[in-house]
Amino acid sequence: MSKLVSLSEAIHSSVHDGDLIYASGFTHLIPFAAGHEIIRQGFKDLTLARATPDLIYDQLVAAGCAGKVVFSYMGNPGVGSLRCMRAAIESGSLVWEEYSHFSMISRLQAGASGLPFMPMKQTGAGDLEAANPNYKRVKDPYTGEEVLVVPPLSPDIAIVHVQRADAEGNAHVWGILGEQREAAFAAKRVILTAEEIVDEAIIRSDPNRTLIPGLIVDAVCHVPHCAHPSYTQGYYDRDNDFYLAWDKISRDGKSVKAYLDEWVFGLKNRTEYWQKLGPEVHEKLKPEPLLSHPVDYGKY
Amino acid sequence: MTVLNYNATELMIVNAARLLRDGDQVFVGVGIPNLACNLARRTHAPNMQMIYEAGVIGAQPARLPLSIGDPTLVSGATSVCSMYDVFTLYLQRGNVDVGFLGGAQIDQFGNINATVIGDYENPKVRLPGSGGSMEIAAWANRCYIITPHQQRRFPARVDFRTSMGFLNGGGERAKTGVRGGGPEAVVTDLGILKPDGNGEMTLAALHPGCSIEQVQENTGWPLKVSADLITTEPPKPDELRILREELDPQGIYI
Repeated sequence: MSKLVSLSEAIHSSVHDGDLIYASGFTHLIPFAAGHEIIRQGFKDLTLARATPDLIYDQLVAAGCAGKVVFSYMGNPGVGSLRCMRAAIESGSLVWEEYSHFSMISRLQAGASGLPFMPMKQTGAGDLEAANPNYKRVKDPYTGEEVLVVPPLSPDIAIVHVQRADAEGNAHVWGILGEQREAAFAAKRVILTAEEIVDEAIIRSDPNRTLIPGLIVDAVCHVPHCAHPSYTQGYYDRDNDFYLAWDKISRDGKSVKAYLDEWVFGLKNRTEYWQKLGPEVHEKLKPEPLLSHPVDYGKY
Repeated sequence: MTVLNYNATELMIVNAARLLRDGDQVFVGVGIPNLACNLARRTHAPNMQMIYEAGVIGAQPARLPLSIGDPTLVSGATSVCSMYDVFTLYLQRGNVDVGFLGGAQIDQFGNINATVIGDYENPKVRLPGSGGSMEIAAWANRCYIITPHQQRRFPARVDFRTSMGFLNGGGERAKTGVRGGGPEAVVTDLGILKPDGNGEMTLAALHPGCSIEQVQENTGWPLKVSADLITTEPPKPDELRILREELDPQGIYI
């Protein structure tokens, strides 16, 4: 059964004020188009969880959509600070909950596996453990040693961007896999955005590449260039110039508002956004092809 | 003999690269650690393998990666896995030899703060936080810390322990039972600190032209000096050429 809908419909029917949202993707495949759509539709009081909030959550925080953030590295990757989030935290206007990358991902793994908690070896650095009561210690019943545990993270909605999917939401992903699969399986509802919608036969031609199965997907949206200024392996490069530019834009509230007005509120959808970026940016971000060697599954 | 000109960043990269051993499996961060690893691979450690926390194993970046998840890390790598897998199967399981760490503050016992300056609940300066460093510092067989030498970066005690060095010294780290050996060296632009038997960071090497007094002035505790204090070899022409011409031709980091 086809689950194809527009991104604006999917956000409209799946997201509610106060929801816990996990827009997944570690540097790669970050669904910026979905973030912009959430801003346009004016949702409030969201709990925004991501290992690296990245620019997508800095923009959602700046737009007033967030009540709380859950994260493990709050930086502009390769550049410096996430200034909007940082200012909101330093001024006491944003609630936060903090983990290390591994404990954040372990929470998703617990949620995705239907487990009550996930154990990890202890790290000896007690301060984060003391600052966040979600970290607990339990005794390993086999050795008697103490292990650290974290509770499951079960987002109301996971948003997952992929290279290609069929209309049911069976999705091929390659390149950095981050926490895509864990976020999708942990969530109550999954919105899938894809660079390309392909025939089911293409998915079935390479089942080992299917990271997300359609059975957990609620909505499938065809959104080319969804991840800009992050990237989609093989489709377009990360726009490092924009990551550097955001460092300047986010230095003051006026330029942030001007950016949101021009690039989010001033545009209807991702197609308009991509056109507005212009041919020079398109050309700059276009990678040369590098094909993998085909595999033979055999006909049985 | 020609006198070579080099800057503080190049000096730190070259000295960090020299600490890596051929065949090491290294958990790499972007920026200076990435440059140090690629320099080592092109000089004395061709069989060193780079692992990135994004889940990339055996990366051979064709260009300078600007983020920890750059697509150039993937193209041509030996394997890509999920983040959960890279932290469990590789790091927690004990398959990582070396971790590189940085931070806003490093203390007398090699503990690192990358989280907050001031009080955690009411931060004066909010920093990015742990990322992968809490586990890397605990579970990699050995760790190297790279940071410029400044008084504010080297307090006697960090405001927040994001990642463990030797805690308060005196075998406290070993008592926690973590598998990794802890920081083996702190490479700065003035010299190299190494832990003594008690886990206290001690001046083990000076870079050419730097003095003990200069290091002490920039360190927030009375610094012990190793009986075997050495002076590091200045960066060699070949090391500088690879760095400047092959690894960072645009001068983004150096």
